[in-house]
Amino acid sequence: MRTSVRTALRYVFLIIIALVVLFPIYIAVVNSLLSGQQIAHRPPTLFPLHPLWNSFSLAWSFGHLGTYLRTSVIVSVLTTLAALTTSVLAAYAFAFLEFPLKRIMFSLCLATLMVPAEVTIIPNFRTIQILGWYNTYPALIIPFAASGIGIFLLRQSFRQLPRELHDAAVLDGYGHWRFLVRVVLPLNRAMIGAFAIFAFLSSWNQYLWPLLVTNSDSHRTVQVGLRQLEGLNPDQQNIVLAGTILAALPIFLILFIFQRQLVRGLTAGAVKG
Amino acid sequence: MISGRRRTRIRNSALAYVMILPAFVIFMIFVFYPLVKTFYLGMYRVPPFPGLPQKYVGLSQYSSVLSHSEFLTPLWDSTLYVLFTVPAGIILGLGIAVLAHRHLAGIRIFRTIFSSTIATSVAVASVIFFTLLDPTTGLFSYWIGQRGGVGILGNPTWALPAVATVSIWQNLGFAFILMSAALNSVPDDLLDAAAVDGASGTRRFFRITVPLISPTLFFAMIIGVISGFQAFGQIDLLTQGGPDGHTNVLLYQIYTVFFTNADTGTSSVMAVALFVILVLLTIAQFLLVQRKVFYADKR
Repeated sequence: MRTSVRTALRYVFLIIIALVVLFPIYIAVVNSLLSGQQIAHRPPTLFPLHPLWNSFSLAWSFGHLGTYLRTSVIVSVLTTLAALTTSVLAAYAFAFLEFPLKRIMFSLCLATLMVPAEVTIIPNFRTIQILGWYNTYPALIIPFAASGIGIFLLRQSFRQLPRELHDAAVLDGYGHWRFLVRVVLPLNRAMIGAFAIFAFLSSWNQYLWPLLVTNSDSHRTVQVGLRQLEGLNPDQQNIVLAGTILAALPIFLILFIFQRQLVRGLTAGAVKG
Repeated sequence: MISGRRRTRIRNSALAYVMILPAFVIFMIFVFYPLVKTFYLGMYRVPPFPGLPQKYVGLSQYSSVLSHSEFLTPLWDSTLYVLFTVPAGIILGLGIAVLAHRHLAGIRIFRTIFSSTIATSVAVASVIFFTLLDPTTGLFSYWIGQRGGVGILGNPTWALPAVATVSIWQNLGFAFILMSAALNSVPDDLLDAAAVDGASGTRRFFRITVPLISPTLFFAMIIGVISGFQAFGQIDLLTQGGPDGHTNVLLYQIYTVFFTNADTGTSSVMAVALFVILVLLTIAQFLLVQRKVFYADKR
């Protein structure tokens, strides 16, 4: 009897917290489906009986969300690919090759983790201006095309490959490039995938840097685009929120698709612990 | 004559340098050079009128800026912001993780809901709350009986706690996932044994669970403080540092002094200060991680 009361209480708490957590998202969806006047109406409408979907097409075209999302996809995909490429190459050198100054160079890679991008914006902004990259894709991509954390994670992962695999590949006449493409990459795809998701999300969610180096709608990423959108009139809040939902949707989808991998990672850690 | 082995070694070294070159070119241009340059820019005073030459003043600009209220007030605001966000974020994340830890029917739905805010960016969360806190049309303003006026975000007392609340909500998903993973690593037999010995639920939690997950708690604390000092987007989208500078955190102040006032000297000094703060925190984090590894080895 006491345990069932406890379980019921637990559910009550769970439901209350779930409602509090979901409430802002729920109201954002509801208000995106109301007209501007309905949002301002009191008492407030908590359920859209006659949803108006045109706010989404207005946000897409009039609010430039289509352009912003395109820019964000281009920037995030290219940044991820570039960071993956530079990290895989450097990680391979640190894991499988011997060369002078190796330790110092690896320490320098780790040292970049100590320097957040926020600290170096002032000279970096000037560099972008000198290179003539203001308002261009390279300004948004190139500074993040190398990643200290990427090199570190992939090098750790590469080093876990059995030594015999390398020896066998050498016996088979594999050079370093063939060994990298045929053996190292396929066997490390879990870590490569994890780093790719991480790199994509960090690029997608950037705010300060894109705000500094772009000022035209054609090169604004979606996060900075939301800043433009926020400035609309109060009676256009349905468009603002529709745009915000469109901006969040790709990440919700990515996390939903990769949820199983994330959960598997967590439970694998739990079993080991 | 060069022996075959030596030739292979030279060739491998050359290959290695080719492979690390792309990453190092980018690190040199966008990490190491600007870091040194920021220190250097901090030693030049920017004249009040554009066009006049910058004047070398050395470290005196560091001492004047770092002791001035234009730096100390934002530093205090950042500290307050960290104090508002970090403990509350950890306690809420842990509390909800404990509540959702036990296996109940439908618990997976709750876990998905509690993790959901991880999909929102700072900008998405900020714009949603900006509309909820709007003084004329916002639902929260309506509920607390406010209509018109400056609203919560325009109130000197409540603006910073309101911005902090938005961040706590936005980071709740991450905190929940982190704390749930930590709870999963606590061995059940240890808790069961304590229960058999007559330890109450509260006692088991504070005497067994909390010490065992303390590395995760420290980790969450350090990264919470680091990201708290890097707060920018939520300030820019919710208050622009206002009202009357009450949410003008350090990074927002650096941005304003650099971008609006075009004062590279003063803003560089502040950026160096931010760098020192963050490096000290990162070192603390590394030391803690090392200790965690040490404990794991010992067990």
